[in-house]
Amino acid sequence: MNRYSPWKYSFIIILIGLGVLFALPNLYDKDPSLQISASGASEVSELTEFQVSTALEEAQIPFKSIKVGLENLTIRFNDTETQLKGKTVVEKSLGRNYSVALNLAPATPDWLAKFGAEPMFLGLDLRGGVHFLMQVDMEAAVSKAEDRYMSDLRSILRENKVRYKTITRHKTGGLLVRFKNDDERNNGQTLIEDEFQELDVTVLEAGSGESQLVAKLKEQVVLETQKLALQQNITTLRKRVNELGVAEPVIQQQGLSRVVVQLPGVQDTAKAKNILGATATLEFRMVDEDHIAQDAVDGRVPAGSKLYYQRGGQPILLEKQVMLTGDSIIDAASGIDGLSGQPNVTITLDGKGAKRMSAATRDNVGKRLAVVFIENKVEVVEENGELVEKKEIIEEVINAAVIREQLGKRFQITGLESTKEARTLALLLRAGALAAPIYIIEERTVGPSLGQDNIDKGFNSVLIGFALVLVFMAVYYKVFGLIANVALALNLVLIVALLSLLQATLTLPGIAGIVLTVGMAVDANVLIFERIREEVRNGNSPQASIHAGYEKAFSTIADANITTLIAALVLFSFGTGPIKGFAVTLSLGILSSMFTAIMVSRGLVNLIYGGRRIEKLKI
Amino acid sequence: MEMQKTRFNFDFMSKRKVGLVVSSLLIIMSIISISLEGLTFGIDFTGGTLIEVGYSESVDLDAIRTSLSNSEFKDATIQYFGSANDVLIRIPPSEGLNNADISNKTLSLLKDTGANIEMRRIEFVGPQVGEELKDDGGLAMIYALMGIFIYVALRFQRRFAVGAIAALVHDVLITLGIFSITHFDFDLTVLAAILAVIGYSLNDTIVVFDRVRENFHKVREATPTEIFNVSLNQTLSRTLVTSLTTLFVLAALFIFGGEIIHSFATALIIGVLIGTYSSIFVASPVTLALGITREDLMPVQKEGADLDTMP
Repeated sequence: MNRYSPWKYSFIIILIGLGVLFALPNLYDKDPSLQISASGASEVSELTEFQVSTALEEAQIPFKSIKVGLENLTIRFNDTETQLKGKTVVEKSLGRNYSVALNLAPATPDWLAKFGAEPMFLGLDLRGGVHFLMQVDMEAAVSKAEDRYMSDLRSILRENKVRYKTITRHKTGGLLVRFKNDDERNNGQTLIEDEFQELDVTVLEAGSGESQLVAKLKEQVVLETQKLALQQNITTLRKRVNELGVAEPVIQQQGLSRVVVQLPGVQDTAKAKNILGATATLEFRMVDEDHIAQDAVDGRVPAGSKLYYQRGGQPILLEKQVMLTGDSIIDAASGIDGLSGQPNVTITLDGKGAKRMSAATRDNVGKRLAVVFIENKVEVVEENGELVEKKEIIEEVINAAVIREQLGKRFQITGLESTKEARTLALLLRAGALAAPIYIIEERTVGPSLGQDNIDKGFNSVLIGFALVLVFMAVYYKVFGLIANVALALNLVLIVALLSLLQATLTLPGIAGIVLTVGMAVDANVLIFERIREEVRNGNSPQASIHAGYEKAFSTIADANITTLIAALVLFSFGTGPIKGFAVTLSLGILSSMFTAIMVSRGLVNLIYGGRRIEKLKI
Repeated sequence: MEMQKTRFNFDFMSKRKVGLVVSSLLIIMSIISISLEGLTFGIDFTGGTLIEVGYSESVDLDAIRTSLSNSEFKDATIQYFGSANDVLIRIPPSEGLNNADISNKTLSLLKDTGANIEMRRIEFVGPQVGEELKDDGGLAMIYALMGIFIYVALRFQRRFAVGAIAALVHDVLITLGIFSITHFDFDLTVLAAILAVIGYSLNDTIVVFDRVRENFHKVREATPTEIFNVSLNQTLSRTLVTSLTTLFVLAALFIFGGEIIHSFATALIIGVLIGTYSSIFVASPVTLALGITREDLMPVQKEGADLDTMP
């Protein structure tokens, strides 16, 4: 009685062996390292490896190893001091086409790495870093898309000699087209419907007796536009994060209009926010030289023009028609103008943008071209007693320079205040323009010292809680208590192994989940042992008591754990970030404790007591 | 009549009136406090900014208050966090503040005082996100209770399910009540803790119910009240031992886990204590009061028997 077949023992041993194998990488320290990835057209290759290692050797900076990965190059150092020195040297030798990020690379030995074993993936609250949740302004994305049709509508109506009065934005969305009379409106409707399949055209039955149409994007097109806006934002954020030089960043879509950005190890949150959050775009508009700006300030804004202000506060009139938007910019670099010694930004346009720019500037040499810098900010304001986030768009003319010649693919912006400003502007432009504004709606930043604190404290509480439970079990259940303790220790190993294997994010609440699991995992053993005690008390033989104890406790354990698992799963599906981590460790803990508390402890009990005559159980 | 010997022989069921009075009082107090005082929601739910700053030496809060009171952050609350070197600053969402910049501005204000400070943590939650987190939290609680109700109703019987849910609602209400009365911060981690409490308390209840089911089957001549009494006594040492080991680790978490995990550990400790009590004095009496009989368990019993034969 109470014996396990050899295959059952082998199964247990193999499972535990695998557990130990996958838990092992967590014992190794991490190396301070540099992670080099290519930005733009360049590539990380053996050539880069050679270039970097030569540069480091020349500068006499010792490094542990250098390795080319799929997308990046990792150089390991002995300490953080040489790591920082190395960064400067590597950055200098590689130039702007590569981004160099400080990182802590796991020092998993090669033989372990061959099995695919890696240490646990630590969450931002443990390793330090920034977490942003960003909202894409979908309303703006759609109205922007509709605005693009405005000039198209004008020209098609004009070409077909349909007489309209004005085309403006409608207050409930869409474009409002006002016609001379109902006949013209009907003509216009047929024309627009034929030419623009993407638009829904409805007749507006206004009481004013006017003939009006509203053209809106079709539902399908709206969805497409929103999807595109989100995609473009994610792409742009990727580029911007690349510019920041962050190792292992996470940029992920969440829901239909949000993006999660996680930047491990970033300490200068102000800089990160400025680059990610202050979404800036550029617009190029011709200066309206025919009218006087002061008249517009007094309220007489000429049709076709819009009033702007320059940095110093001087009013300036610009043409309503946008010549070019930031979308066309493919590169921007800051520098010093050779002639004036002033800081400047050199902009490179894509082919389409270059054509438009050259066509628009050909007849306008000698006139002024203004660069409008548009920045999106969010303010919280009170509205009907409730606090709401309000978007604010700041439009500022940063530069209005005379067009010296027909502009093309490359041109310069000058008149910037400082080299620092030039650099920031170039960085924002280079990262690309956003199709729709994006705002930070949630931020969670953890400083590096707090991260390490959290690891230490979490580790300590697991250790102390674990020790307390071990002592209690050994005292209370004697030999059986020791068996439960072995099971509990293996349970911890298995949880760590599972977390490493799944590369699930370990967070501080996750560690709390492990602590809680340690307390609750002994429950299964307690249930079994109490049953055995009862059976013994009822006068059953030791062997029969063991057998009955395990057997009868099983369904109770299963029921109790499944219900806890339900709570954990709900937690997982509703939780965000750290809470998810808690749910993950709790669920994994429940599953692995079922194995260790039932199978492993039974195996040990069978090894000790199985197939022997026993007078008395030490329980 | 075949009754097993048990180590304990308390007549729990005769004390159920006492339990009813105690629980009712606690629940009424909790509901009153929650409806009058409400919960002290953390910025996870209200929106706002939270900044934790570490100083190289102990710092005077009044000095920080003065430097912030002259700024746009007049409404900031400032308190020590764990030690006199660590300061927590909370800034409620307010008009005219550009949210993403609040933390940067505050930090530079503090740096201007000349102190040697280090940013330890920044949390900013927009009002809209806070609202969503609140809704999601409430939904999570409801879905967890629903899932559990369905499982218990299928595995046991409807009356058991009602008893189990009654105990869980009892636990959640009283834990919330204690958080409301003591004005402890109620943030996302506390919500997670309460969901874990639901799981834990249920664990206890299920163990008792499992025994009740078994005893209904085994002991033919006892009244339901006797069955519940015996079952509670049989499982009592297990209930106490598991609660104790869980409290051990929670105490370790509370003492050594650091300030951030404090309210989480507090919620769990309160929940485990109340959950242990409720599985004895709420879940069982309610199920009993609903008129559970042996016959109720017969069809379900078969399914249980199948599982019982598994190793």
